[in-house]
Amino acid sequence: MQKHTISLLVDNEPGVLSRVAGLFSGRGFNIESLCVAETLDPSVSRITLVTRGDDAVAEQIKKHLNKLINVIKLYDLTGTEYVDREMALIKVKAKAEHRPEILRIVDIFRCKVVDVSPSHYTIEVTGTAEKLSAILGLLRPVGIKEIARTGAIALAREKKLRGR
Amino acid sequence: MAVLKQEGVDTIFGFPGGVVIDIFDELSRTDIQYILVRHEQGAIHAADGYARAKKRVGVCLVTSGPGATNTVSGIASAYMDSIPVVVLTGQVPTALIGNDAFQEVDIVGITRPCTKHNYLVKRTEDLARVLREAFHIARSGRPGPVLVDLPKDVTQGKARYKPLPQPDIPSYSPTYKPNTKQLQRAVTLIKGAKRPVVFSGGGVILSGGSNELTKFAKKLHAPVTASLMGLGSFPGTDPLWLGMLGMHGTYRANMAIGACDLLIGIGVRFDDRVTGRVETFAPNAKIIHVDIDPTSISKNIPVTVPIVGDCKTSLRELNRILVREKVKFTKRARKPWLDKIQNWKDTTPLKYEQKNIIKPQYVVEKLYELTNGKAIITTEVGQNQMWTAQYYHFDRPHCFITSGGLGCMGFGFPAAIGAQVACPDRLVVDVAGDGSIQMNIQELATAVQYKLPVKVVILNNRYLGMVRQWQELFYGKRYTATDMKHAPDFAKLAESYGALGLKATKPREVEAVLKQGLDSPGPAFMDFWVAREEGVYPMVPAGAAITEMLLA
Repeated sequence: MQKHTISLLVDNEPGVLSRVAGLFSGRGFNIESLCVAETLDPSVSRITLVTRGDDAVAEQIKKHLNKLINVIKLYDLTGTEYVDREMALIKVKAKAEHRPEILRIVDIFRCKVVDVSPSHYTIEVTGTAEKLSAILGLLRPVGIKEIARTGAIALAREKKLRGR
Repeated sequence: MAVLKQEGVDTIFGFPGGVVIDIFDELSRTDIQYILVRHEQGAIHAADGYARAKKRVGVCLVTSGPGATNTVSGIASAYMDSIPVVVLTGQVPTALIGNDAFQEVDIVGITRPCTKHNYLVKRTEDLARVLREAFHIARSGRPGPVLVDLPKDVTQGKARYKPLPQPDIPSYSPTYKPNTKQLQRAVTLIKGAKRPVVFSGGGVILSGGSNELTKFAKKLHAPVTASLMGLGSFPGTDPLWLGMLGMHGTYRANMAIGACDLLIGIGVRFDDRVTGRVETFAPNAKIIHVDIDPTSISKNIPVTVPIVGDCKTSLRELNRILVREKVKFTKRARKPWLDKIQNWKDTTPLKYEQKNIIKPQYVVEKLYELTNGKAIITTEVGQNQMWTAQYYHFDRPHCFITSGGLGCMGFGFPAAIGAQVACPDRLVVDVAGDGSIQMNIQELATAVQYKLPVKVVILNNRYLGMVRQWQELFYGKRYTATDMKHAPDFAKLAESYGALGLKATKPREVEAVLKQGLDSPGPAFMDFWVAREEGVYPMVPAGAAITEMLLA
């Protein structure tokens, strides 16, 4: 069950996300994460989705996505050189005795504290899925109140995948 | 309306309602005829039958809410069978959308997974473009249903109309031309094959490639089988014809699949009703698969040579290469293989015994004889469908119209009405069961009103026969919810609608009733009281290999 990161350029129209998501649920494919936003051309959105499956399943997923009328272009980044990033906002309890430790972790991971109160910090962290998991592991002992995490966004290295 | 004319629409099947009054009103000012059905499911199936018989896009027009939802089964059926239809649904005015307005339903959301594409038109000025795209998408590539949702204010609005050129949708470009290298690889396999089988499907019919297929099979001197959807793509009376394969396929077709060393699937999708247990399907064969839809290839069965392309174009190219390379197999060269098949045919043919109760197979055989195999036949779903597929031999494409993929009971009668509208001079017969016919029986009124001389042959066993057969074989003969003890007297019912109603309860009456019904000028119901517990055989139990058939 290999992980596949697929980048789609789609028409920026109502219902397109539903077509993509419906395809996965209807055909029993799984979506691990999904990120959507407009590109430089407001009529086009980029969807980055991460899915899992053996080669035959991945092939079917790609063919079915390509078959959707609103999918303009599909790139399977898996096995190619690409950059991917996720982001998380992590709200941790910040008792006085933990504060230096938390700030040290923030420093090591090159994150930012974006909100502070007497009892908590909210930390913004960006990186690969592994990096995010690592910092969550380190912060867990001090007490994570809640997190919000994005799926992966990704772009191929080199020029072939310039956003529109 | 101007777009509909530009698209060559001459008929619309529909049922009105509040938000489509404007469209119907406008329709009355054109020469496009409309057929007022009695239920929206009838409209969509009729549009489907029309599309298949006429090789054109069928059009259906219904109102919002329940009008739209009533078409969903028919849309799903057309989607599974890749039939080009455009479904126009009314919608509440744009300002009301999302407010749970009267007769509002999110039909675009509901039909997203069972249409090839669908649209909600929000501005009158987009209407012409969207309609053009809808027709283009419906008929091109792998055809399919396209739904266009039309809010009332959009259809009431006015916009300047300018004829639009053929739509160009950058993200949509089906592959018609097959890859030359793959064709060459296929030819190499063909040259080396000792026991080839050609397996033809609905794609061959849809692409208009039946002649090319026949030529191809003759060059290879290879036996030909077909899926339910492919019946008629190769002459059913040709010596190379194996009969249909799969769950209710002929013994020789299924055995040939088990023994072949090369299987050439054209315009098929290796549906589970065809393959049985996939691991044991064509275990000794290399597989060539031609289809215009890349998602069909290697979906259920891994293939050796995938060819993405239009069936007709691909077959033509293959034939060209075969001629160029002087590949032609003679009857003599194929003798060992064809002898083996003949042996299967001789030892285990399709069979039934006609004694003192009417056998359904007998009715279908008689129908075949009396129509010289030349009628357009539609079917309902279940035993009636399988017996027709087995005992009516289709020599030409576009003559067999059935809900293959979805298996939608109630399909045959309205589809026959659509086919009759498309081909007024042809004889159109729906072979029905007593269960299925009751699902859209209200369309009798449509047939009578528009003087459509559709004939309905009811194989009446007072059971939901196919399910009963499963219960007999796999559920200890517990006939739960399949005994349809009470049914109307179909002959009298037909009369009450103003159609001809006939009934046969004895074998010797069959021929006379068929003759009278088929020769009558108007629509006719012929009710045949058949052996109640007759089964469809051969039968491959679900999950078994297709060579493991129950024979009776």
